[in-house]
Amino acid sequence: MRTRPDLIEHLPRLRRYARALTGDVNRADDLVQDTLERALAKLDLWQPGSDLRAWLFTLMHNLFVNQIRVRRPQETVMEDALDVPVSGGQMEALAARDIHAALAQLPEEQREVLLLVGLEQFGYAEAAQVLGVPTGTVMSRLSRARERMRQMLAGEPAVKLKLVI
Amino acid sequence: MTDVQEHELHAYVDGTLPEARRLEVEAWLAANPADAERVQAWAAQNQSLHAAFDSVLNEPLPLNLVRATRRPALPVPFKAMAATLAMLVTGLVGYAIGLGNGEQAPAAPVYLARDAAIAHVVFSPETRHPVEVDAAHADHLVAWLSKRVGTQLQAPDFSAQGFDLLGGRLLTGETGPVAQFMYQDKIERRVTLYVRRAVAGNTETSFRHATENGVDVFYWIDGDFGYALSGQIGRQAIRQLADAAYQQLVTASANP
Repeated sequence: MRTRPDLIEHLPRLRRYARALTGDVNRADDLVQDTLERALAKLDLWQPGSDLRAWLFTLMHNLFVNQIRVRRPQETVMEDALDVPVSGGQMEALAARDIHAALAQLPEEQREVLLLVGLEQFGYAEAAQVLGVPTGTVMSRLSRARERMRQMLAGEPAVKLKLVI
Repeated sequence: MTDVQEHELHAYVDGTLPEARRLEVEAWLAANPADAERVQAWAAQNQSLHAAFDSVLNEPLPLNLVRATRRPALPVPFKAMAATLAMLVTGLVGYAIGLGNGEQAPAAPVYLARDAAIAHVVFSPETRHPVEVDAAHADHLVAWLSKRVGTQLQAPDFSAQGFDLLGGRLLTGETGPVAQFMYQDKIERRVTLYVRRAVAGNTETSFRHATENGVDVFYWIDGDFGYALSGQIGRQAIRQLADAAYQQLVTASANP
């Protein structure tokens, strides 16, 4: 019998990405659940030895794109984005709040790239594979996303993070 | 030095440039404050994303999602694995409401090894934020985890074996809070030490080895606490680290 891959160890990171992507706890977990169901249904198509995590994120991307295609007409911005609880001190909470609001205002295709690269640590080529676009497209979306975020977050000097590279 | 391209600025932020080019980009940034400012803002965005969302990694997994990873007729080892992870992350409540029906009691020491291996696999691949508190705040880390786990913990020193403390995180286990310490060597191989309160009545103290999904685990019970060291660096290498940890921890507990 073919060895079954362990989907469960990918759950925490799928949930983190979905939470950042949708800005909503329930919508995020619904997306994760749909992803797992699709993954189990299509598990025979997954190539053993290839990157299971990237495959799962690809499934999630496809579901997310279908969802926003359906939701787009009646939905504008994610109003729940500010209600997501954050951990840590007050400064951190403020920064997180800003990042939630800024993320919500990014176009979905830019938000996905920013999160895959900046949060989930996919390489550019891997992110391109997950999203089904050329690497050049990933780079231009990343560039636009980061610049747009910079402009949105620039108005808040009080929470600007000090960084030593 | 050739001019720095936009995509290289991003690669610099994401840490994917070859070392030689990274140094050139750094020199470029020193001479181009506008680019330096953008790069700093982008790196701060990455930090903010982690600050905002990394806590999701530590949340208990909703049972419906744990169930959704299982097909109706799963083979038994997988089922046991799923049940164990459910306990690892949801605690006894998750267990009590049905995931572990008819299975061996979780008190068996082998579960310590299995839980530790799963926690190792879940957290050790994180390249930038593998830990909640980094080693730069080691005293704070140990004090914080000690308080939560309920005993005076100690992070063993593996510098003689070439592994440095990277940091640690707090997890939820079937017997309460769990501390996970993570170590890394020069070539970025990682091992994790998993410490949790042992199940009452457990007097097993011998040093044991298990292999869980390709992860080598050495584990032992010392007093009220179970320890498990996990890694994929070869059984012999893990054994040496485990010996070192055992020596240091047992010595410490014998001479408080």
